[in-house]
Amino acid sequence: MNCEDCGKRPATLHLTKIVNGEKTEYHICEHCAQEKGHVFADFHNFSINNILSGLLNFDPLVKNSMSGLHNQTTAQKPMRCETCGLTYAQFSKSGRFGCSDCYRYFGDRLDPLFRRIHGNTQHIGKVPERTGGQLKIRRELEQLKTLLQQYVMTEEFEKAAEIRDRIRALEKKMEQA
Amino acid sequence: MSVQQFIQNPWSNWMKGQGPDADIVISTRIRIARNLRHQPFPLLATDSQAEEVVNQVAKVVRTESLGKEGPFELIMMDRLQPLEKRVLVEKHLISPNLAEESRKGAVLLSGDESISIMINEEDHIRIQVLLPGFQLTEAWDIGSRIDDIFEKHVNYAFDEKRGYLTSCPTNVGTGIRASVMLHLPALVMTQQINRILQAINQVGLVVRGLYGEGSEALGNLFQLSNQVTLGMSETDILSNLYSVAKQIIEQERVARRYLQENSALALEDRICRSYGILLHARTVESKEAAQRLSDVRLGIDLGIIQNVSPFTINELLVLTQPGFLQQHAGQKLTPEQRDERRARLIRERLRAKIA
Ligand SMILES: [Zn+2]
Ligand SMILES: [Zn+2]
Repeated sequence: MNCEDCGKRPATLHLTKIVNGEKTEYHICEHCAQEKGHVFADFHNFSINNILSGLLNFDPLVKNSMSGLHNQTTAQKPMRCETCGLTYAQFSKSGRFGCSDCYRYFGDRLDPLFRRIHGNTQHIGKVPERTGGQLKIRRELEQLKTLLQQYVMTEEFEKAAEIRDRIRALEKKMEQA
Repeated sequence: MSVQQFIQNPWSNWMKGQGPDADIVISTRIRIARNLRHQPFPLLATDSQAEEVVNQVAKVVRTESLGKEGPFELIMMDRLQPLEKRVLVEKHLISPNLAEESRKGAVLLSGDESISIMINEEDHIRIQVLLPGFQLTEAWDIGSRIDDIFEKHVNYAFDEKRGYLTSCPTNVGTGIRASVMLHLPALVMTQQINRILQAINQVGLVVRGLYGEGSEALGNLFQLSNQVTLGMSETDILSNLYSVAKQIIEQERVARRYLQENSALALEDRICRSYGILLHARTVESKEAAQRLSDVRLGIDLGIIQNVSPFTINELLVLTQPGFLQQHAGQKLTPEQRDERRARLIRERLRAKIA
């Protein structure tokens, strides 16, 4: 078998990449592997773009916007990020956003994609202290309210009072913000 | 530490061959992707916008103490020769993407090379923590702390619904990619590896390996990492990866015991032959080197080979890469010349330990 990259030299490296159960194999020669930096020391990033782009192009929404058959609005005016100018079609080709506002402009249309990649659409992890807005406080409040109920149920009133004060303080902080 | 030291010195903290479960887990890596709010992603950034990002990030590192890991050295990619960049890739300090495709790419490296902060890779900031052995929580704690320090000074692109916004949709949410590099020779020898790899795919994790001819992974090394970054908390991601890795480690140990109990002679023969070849070969290709080093490493872990340290093997895995060989030689080498140099280098290192 010859190298998939140059087609000249025999393929000596056989790389298998598995993403969500889908297996893709690459056969390349040592020369091309080195040219591209696909060295043994680090084998991530290998053609993730291609795989992702394949995934995006199967998105029915993208097909619609391209053919304009089912969705008239997208056919008339391509969906575009107003900050960086990237269109949804461009995004689906490259698999890369142009700026953080793209997420806002493409909006809920991204949900099917995220569901396919992550099985989820909503972040539940870490929240930045300063730029996370009030989300961090809101989450903390929710946790404290649950805790408060637990203490009331178990009649640990001293602890409950302590939690109640913390809730009040946080609520004040939210009003001020 | 100067730029040249990072490039010439083969030693990195992760190669120590120490840490929990270091007989099977070579290294643990956490990478945290972050972006600045009002800057286009590196893909679309102009040179001056990209430069502005480098300045902003470097300024934080200059003004804030990032703790005992510092001081950090800022290295601009466009100041390096291609071969020098490649050496940093082979040491796992930067990604191939930063080395090759980034414009105005840069990296901040800690003295012991366990932390590298890539700037203008696919995302504005990528904090990488690389530790020896199996140390997921430790790596996350360090990375998260550095993340918090940055967050005090720069405005991150963050969204309540999507979390940390990244250039690629595969990283959005937590922005973390955690991975462990596993050495699994016994699972490969007993042909159980494929069964395990298939099972892993069903739990939101991925395994990557560079495959040699046939289906054997190069050097029996596999990188296990999380695939999902959105809709799971960092703790869930880490504990999921932890428990799967732990099971694989246990399976590898069982397979090693099985081989020792059921084919001790064949196993010892294979290991000692590989050791003998590495001690005497005059030319060795990278694929063979990786396989033989894997055998010797297994021999060390099983107590069959006693006068070589795991550190030497980890070091050789990096030193025998094409970039390093050429850096060491101070010139570009043909594949044949590399094979010869590789054999000599391995001979010298292994003999130094015996003497
Ligand atoms: Zn080729
Ligand atoms: Zn945009």
